[in-house]
Amino acid sequence: MKPKFPIYGYLAEFHDGEKLLDAAKRSRAAGYTVMEAYTPIPMEEVAHAIGHRSSLPWIVLCGGALGCVVGFGMQYWISVVGYPLNIGGRPLNSWPSFIVITFEMTILFAALSAVLGMLWLNGLPQPYHPVFNVPAFELASRNRFFLMILARDPKFAMEGTREFMQQFDALLVAEVPH
Amino acid sequence: MQTSKQAPGLQETAVRPVIEPGHSLATITDQISRIVLQRRTPTGWFIAVGIASLFVMMLITSLVYLVIRGVGLWGINEPVAWGFDIVNFVWWIGIGHAGTLISAVLLLLRQAWRTSINRFAEAMTLFAVMCAGIFPLFHVGRPWLAHWLLPYPNTMGVWPQFRSPLLWDVFAVSTYATVSALFWYVGLIPDLATLRDRARSLAWKRVYGALALGWRGAARHWEHYETAYLLLAGLATPLVVSVHTVVSFDFAVSVIPGWHATIMPPYFVAGAIYSGFAMVMTLAIPIRKFYRLEDFITMKHLDYMAKVILATGLIVCYGYAMEAFFAWYAGNQYERFMIINRMFGQYAWSYWCLIACNLVTPQFLWSKRIRRSVPALLVICIIVNIGMWLERFVIVVTSLARDYLPSSWDVYVPTRWDIALYLGTIGLFVFLLLLFIRFLPMISIFEMRTLVPATGEEPVKPPKVEVAP
Repeated sequence: MKPKFPIYGYLAEFHDGEKLLDAAKRSRAAGYTVMEAYTPIPMEEVAHAIGHRSSLPWIVLCGGALGCVVGFGMQYWISVVGYPLNIGGRPLNSWPSFIVITFEMTILFAALSAVLGMLWLNGLPQPYHPVFNVPAFELASRNRFFLMILARDPKFAMEGTREFMQQFDALLVAEVPH
Repeated sequence: MQTSKQAPGLQETAVRPVIEPGHSLATITDQISRIVLQRRTPTGWFIAVGIASLFVMMLITSLVYLVIRGVGLWGINEPVAWGFDIVNFVWWIGIGHAGTLISAVLLLLRQAWRTSINRFAEAMTLFAVMCAGIFPLFHVGRPWLAHWLLPYPNTMGVWPQFRSPLLWDVFAVSTYATVSALFWYVGLIPDLATLRDRARSLAWKRVYGALALGWRGAARHWEHYETAYLLLAGLATPLVVSVHTVVSFDFAVSVIPGWHATIMPPYFVAGAIYSGFAMVMTLAIPIRKFYRLEDFITMKHLDYMAKVILATGLIVCYGYAMEAFFAWYAGNQYERFMIINRMFGQYAWSYWCLIACNLVTPQFLWSKRIRRSVPALLVICIIVNIGMWLERFVIVVTSLARDYLPSSWDVYVPTRWDIALYLGTIGLFVFLLLLFIRFLPMISIFEMRTLVPATGEEPVKPPKVEVAP
């Protein structure tokens, strides 16, 4: 499908986090919904200002619960059904001995789902992204703050959005080519 | 107030900062990434790698010869079937614990001072666990069949026996290694993106770019990332306590005098933290000097770590006292014999060296003057590491050499191959650590950035710090 606009979006560069936060709030108030902010440090307020919340805790909870069931179930099946052994006259389902490995499997599955879930929710690994076409963007991982309004935004207009973003106290407003 | 006019030396009594003043987002990023991205590798680094690789070669040689000849090469036999191999395994695993403690527990407790040492301590954990893993893997005798420890469907129709603490250990240590590696890599992702954006050569841009997985520092990224990091810390905290507990079960669940005690799990965990912090200090002191990182790893860090060593050292001493008390109070003749044998038997020298290293030495840390003297701290930490090695030696060897049957009593003497393998793992540890500090940021850049105001000030003057030539 041919993109509706010749560019991916507009990118504004800011000197500090406060100015970025202010710009994000103003864009939100002006009715923009599809935007992204880039910061060298985690800034929770910015994520909330542009409307993001993480659903990761649920993924980790499910992963941990699965690990718990798989861990205990594996030991139960092996000890009772797959390969029953009499160890010191204990019952085959000697569950107190199974607690340690059940715990370890719970942690292992939860940790794996935290990492894989984080990567999946973030769409990583992603080899190409248009924002890297703006040369100034390499400072996003050093000391500059960026706000991008995407062309996908319903309120986006080639001229109007650029003029709107130029009202911010930004160092630069640049086009982001596809 | 006149304090602002005072000389810096006079302010030492006031609260000391976790990062020296005058830093901004830009200076932190530049100074830490320069260590990795500089073109010229310091000569000292090559010398250190050269020495470490000699020891790595010794490790490889002793492992290859061990596989050819079998574990009879070591000094182990009945009744002392666990010698240097298990002593070293427990020692290395214990050292790893401080890394997880610093990165996870101190994160949950919101201790900002952890930020400049956590990356480095996590790497130490990872390498210590690798060194630890070598010992039980080769101690099984036929390491090419080590996968029999894992539950997998096989043509023999045989499955592992889950009531054995040795199998619990397999799961605990492999989970610990996996989670430590995940935690470390996740922590590295934003810094790898920084290196990608700052590397000058295209090849390194590609390498760091691939490892950074396309990280852009987007608000959405950070939101999920921070959640994941916090959850991992929450998961790693009970895990780290469980790992050394399970290691102690290898001893406590058996019926050997001196091993079969409920004090073992807490005493092992405290000992692990104690030795781990001592190792962090032993490594951090020379590295901060060599790479001139005193602005980031300040005296405040050393002071806090010294206090942690003192506190955990006291818990360990309590463990020794309780061990002796139980032996007397329980009225069990084997237990009583065990403690008398430890104190006055053939291995008495190791017990009293242990008491000198672990009970006497850390008491010097009560003194503020000693906590402020970097050479004194280094010496104390090395002694603590020796002491914790001796502790495992005392536990493993003295109990086995004199168990229930006097007819089977024997003396354990390590062979030169035991010593070569041990020194070899120390070489491997140092070698991996040197590679790490050359190619990856040893201090977490993005977490250090959170300690300064969020503004894009450019450095007014070129940073005074240059890497030592």
